[in-house]
Amino acid sequence: MSVLECRGVTKRFGGHTVLNHLDLTVAEHEVVVLIGASGSGKSTLLRCVNLLEGIDDGTIHLDGEHITDPRVNPDRVRQRIGIVFQAYNLFPHMTVLDNITLAPRRVHRRDRAEAEAKALDLLGRVGLADRARSYPDRLSGGQQQRVAIVRALINEPRLMLLDEVTSALDPELVGEVLTMIRDLKATGMTMVLATHEMGFARQVADRVCFLEGGAVLESGPPEQVLGDPVQPRTRQFLRRIIEAGRL
Amino acid sequence: MITEDRPVSAAQRERIAYRRRQTVRSVLIAAASTGVLGILLVVGVTGSPGWERVRASFLDGAVARDAFPAVLNGLWLNLRLLVFCAVAALALGLLVAVLRTLRGPVFFPVRALATGYTYGFRGMPLIIVIYVLAFGVPGLRLQGTPSVLVLGGAALVITYGAYLAEVFRAGIESVHPSQLAAARSLGLTYRQTMRHVVLPQAVRRVAPPLLNDTVALQKDVGLVSLAGPIDAVRAAQITTAEHANFTPYIVAGVLFVLLAIPLIAVTDWVTLRAARRQTG
Repeated sequence: MSVLECRGVTKRFGGHTVLNHLDLTVAEHEVVVLIGASGSGKSTLLRCVNLLEGIDDGTIHLDGEHITDPRVNPDRVRQRIGIVFQAYNLFPHMTVLDNITLAPRRVHRRDRAEAEAKALDLLGRVGLADRARSYPDRLSGGQQQRVAIVRALINEPRLMLLDEVTSALDPELVGEVLTMIRDLKATGMTMVLATHEMGFARQVADRVCFLEGGAVLESGPPEQVLGDPVQPRTRQFLRRIIEAGRL
Repeated sequence: MITEDRPVSAAQRERIAYRRRQTVRSVLIAAASTGVLGILLVVGVTGSPGWERVRASFLDGAVARDAFPAVLNGLWLNLRLLVFCAVAALALGLLVAVLRTLRGPVFFPVRALATGYTYGFRGMPLIIVIYVLAFGVPGLRLQGTPSVLVLGGAALVITYGAYLAEVFRAGIESVHPSQLAAARSLGLTYRQTMRHVVLPQAVRRVAPPLLNDTVALQKDVGLVSLAGPIDAVRAAQITTAEHANFTPYIVAGVLFVLLAIPLIAVTDWVTLRAARRQTG
């Protein structure tokens, strides 16, 4: 059974249609990379899946459960999905450790010692154990983003959504975050990520989806979509990316 | 950072010497201008034709000594009232601010009530609220009507709660929506998000204006004397009448300022710290 299934998902902001009858299915352990121009709906799709935005038509299923049913408690759905944002969105008034253990303690009702032990273990694996007592503003962008990923991971989500997680980083800090995502893939985590890093998309993706006009225009293995796209619009997009020196 | 033990260059030595000369010059100018202004003020006031009479009726040492115990005793009431009213008004303000953020049709009456309250009591003069509560409520002749002091305190709490609610609300709205998104995405409920993510950041941000309103409250606490209780201002009024001399008011004024100084100092310190945090 698929972990995520979006059918005919439509989202409008005012009169502007951002997602237009979009279909997307993500299997267990699959890593799907969303590419497309700014405004093609990548971020909006991720926010809709996490129920941070309501949708105007269609359905979204998580593990077979219809989560866009208005009777579903969104808090319970979000507990099973991790999302990482472009701007990290760490809580500035909390230490790294408190940022990470907030949800385990308050949502999942773990006791502090247990939550902190697990957080320190995860931080250790990404080389940040010594920053546990620091506040986010003392960390580099790459460190903050890795903390944000740990904060989402500690809840053992069924699905991870990564929204352009390297776009706000200095080029020399991108690598440490991408390495972490690659390691995450190796653990079998099901992921949907939006990115402009085509080289990384090629390495990590099981499938690449090119979004255009709020729908998936082309979808397939990375070699095919990025190397030999069928759609002229995809080709044009990739040519621009190459010209900008990002492939 | 790379540091080298190289001798300071001639240009830098010249800069340091120049800055030192400038500092000495600034201090001298400041001292001179302060001195001149002070002398002008003293000469202007004491040289005025009515100075002797004013000094006799406002700065009489014997009257001051006589009034001091009563005024100080009254000030103790002000202080207790201030602490109680400040805590209660802060709690009320926070509650009202949070109520105003609630969404959903169920909360419409609560929201409307909270909004009406902040509109009404920011517009209503404090003196009128004190009169209405302190004289109107006992007039109802209900069983267990609290004392005039409590009613006066309640008037202060209600009026200041409205101001503080708006300060808290400004703080809540200043927290970026991405913080809410992050908290909700972790599965936190609205209530948990407010409690652990929004309010801690909001309160930190508005701590300086909150404290500033507390300083203002400290002065207005004296207004409960209009309803009868003997606070510092009232005690000064009584001794003024006894001696036909205004010195007790000066005594009360000086004591109020002395009481305010620590609170103002704390406010300045918190504001400075907040400004430093902003600039990182």
